[in-house]
Amino acid sequence: MNVLLPNSLAEACDFCAKQPDLIPLAGATDLLVHWPLRQAEHDKTYLDLSKLQELRTITWSANSLTLGALTTYWDVLQDPRAKSDFPLLIESARQVGAIQIQSRGTWAGNIANGSPAADGVPVLMAYDASVALTSKSGTRSVPLHEYYTGYRKSVRRSDELISAISIPLRRYDFAVFHKVGARRAQAITKIGLAMTRESAKPATWRVVANSVAATVKRCAAVENLLHAGAPIRKPEDFAAAIASDVTPIDDIRSTADYRRTVMARLLYHSLKGVSPAIS
Amino acid sequence: MPDPNPPPGFSRRSFMKTVGVSATVTTLSGIAEAHALAREQEAGDQLLGPGPISIAFTVNGKAAEMRVEPSTTLAEALRFQLGLTGTKVICDRGACGGCSVILNGKLANACMMLVIDAQGASITTIEGIAKGSKLDPVQESYLRHDALQCGYCTPGFIVATRVLLDDVPKPTLDQIKKALGGNICRCGTYTNIFNAALEASGQAPIMDQKGVA
Repeated sequence: MNVLLPNSLAEACDFCAKQPDLIPLAGATDLLVHWPLRQAEHDKTYLDLSKLQELRTITWSANSLTLGALTTYWDVLQDPRAKSDFPLLIESARQVGAIQIQSRGTWAGNIANGSPAADGVPVLMAYDASVALTSKSGTRSVPLHEYYTGYRKSVRRSDELISAISIPLRRYDFAVFHKVGARRAQAITKIGLAMTRESAKPATWRVVANSVAATVKRCAAVENLLHAGAPIRKPEDFAAAIASDVTPIDDIRSTADYRRTVMARLLYHSLKGVSPAIS
Repeated sequence: MPDPNPPPGFSRRSFMKTVGVSATVTTLSGIAEAHALAREQEAGDQLLGPGPISIAFTVNGKAAEMRVEPSTTLAEALRFQLGLTGTKVICDRGACGGCSVILNGKLANACMMLVIDAQGASITTIEGIAKGSKLDPVQESYLRHDALQCGYCTPGFIVATRVLLDDVPKPTLDQIKKALGGNICRCGTYTNIFNAALEASGQAPIMDQKGVA
């Protein structure tokens, strides 16, 4: 294993510019699963960002919350304001692994790792977060819901690093996060759902699902149903929208059928009564 | 069949340790070492590996130094380099908490981090929980409540309980359950573990043997 250990973001970007196949590490809690057995992974070169404490920041401004790329779940759990302004961040952070993982794992690492089962990503997407991508030539901002291009693929160029996550401060009158796993702590998601409704008129819905497609995904068809105020009387009324939005698979943790069925029920039972059209 | 009369002073553990140490000595010797040093000098301090690199941290109040490959996990370094085998590797995937240690005051899984990320850190393992021969109140309480059966998960549970009580001196049962949610006991001694945690924090045990509050 070769590891580069930069002392600053600028230095990290220099390394990325020179060597395109570096794998950035920010917590590494996914990389290290069964690590001693995965010898092929040991031959790669990693960019360990752990010395970049300048990126371990939680910054509140007048109109946004910015999480530096090294901010852990635990850091957000300890933040006095996060619970009132972004309750879904707290709910998902509490369900990522357990304390041992929450103290090491980072939000940006969760995004960069690109797992469709990532628990931090749906809530960030439901709050319309943006990702700051920094390279030697500067920083650009990409909406998180446009970040992924395929299974573990993203718009991040090999010379770029995620330097921060920015979440706009807005008013929401509805927000839920559901994670369905084998148990509450330490389980990988079979189907997850984060939903928000901005209270500005007209209301904007964001519906994000994980573990039901190649990436964590905004569900445009479900959002359209909600925006249109289409009458919903049972979970099955979401079936067509779900079929258009997601492509779940059978795998070691669950089946496609179970995931579709549970997604419909999560949607229906979370939304029943929230909107007059859904009863 | 196991040898009914093992030679005196020889145990499976001492055998494993001997093998581990000799392997380390081989890696560290001769050509590999010279190459590693040359690479480090060429690339400055920042390119680490694949050969051994120097790591230093504080464990249980004492300075520890070693030369290991950067792919070494903290759990491997504690167990194989320092002989601190109280830290158990059970699932090796961050799901069971058997390798829980206190890293700069926070609970972490030692199997889930590279030792290079522990450079300069302050670490407490299960071996550092007691003060000399005096057991920590958490350990006393686990003993009193028989909060273990096979005992393999116990170091992780005790470390996690110690961190909880450092943060929250009188936790509720719900807080205890949440704080220990990252530790798994296959023998199912949770009732006694929760009671031990309650008593170690000066509270009356409130669960009966069926786990009903």
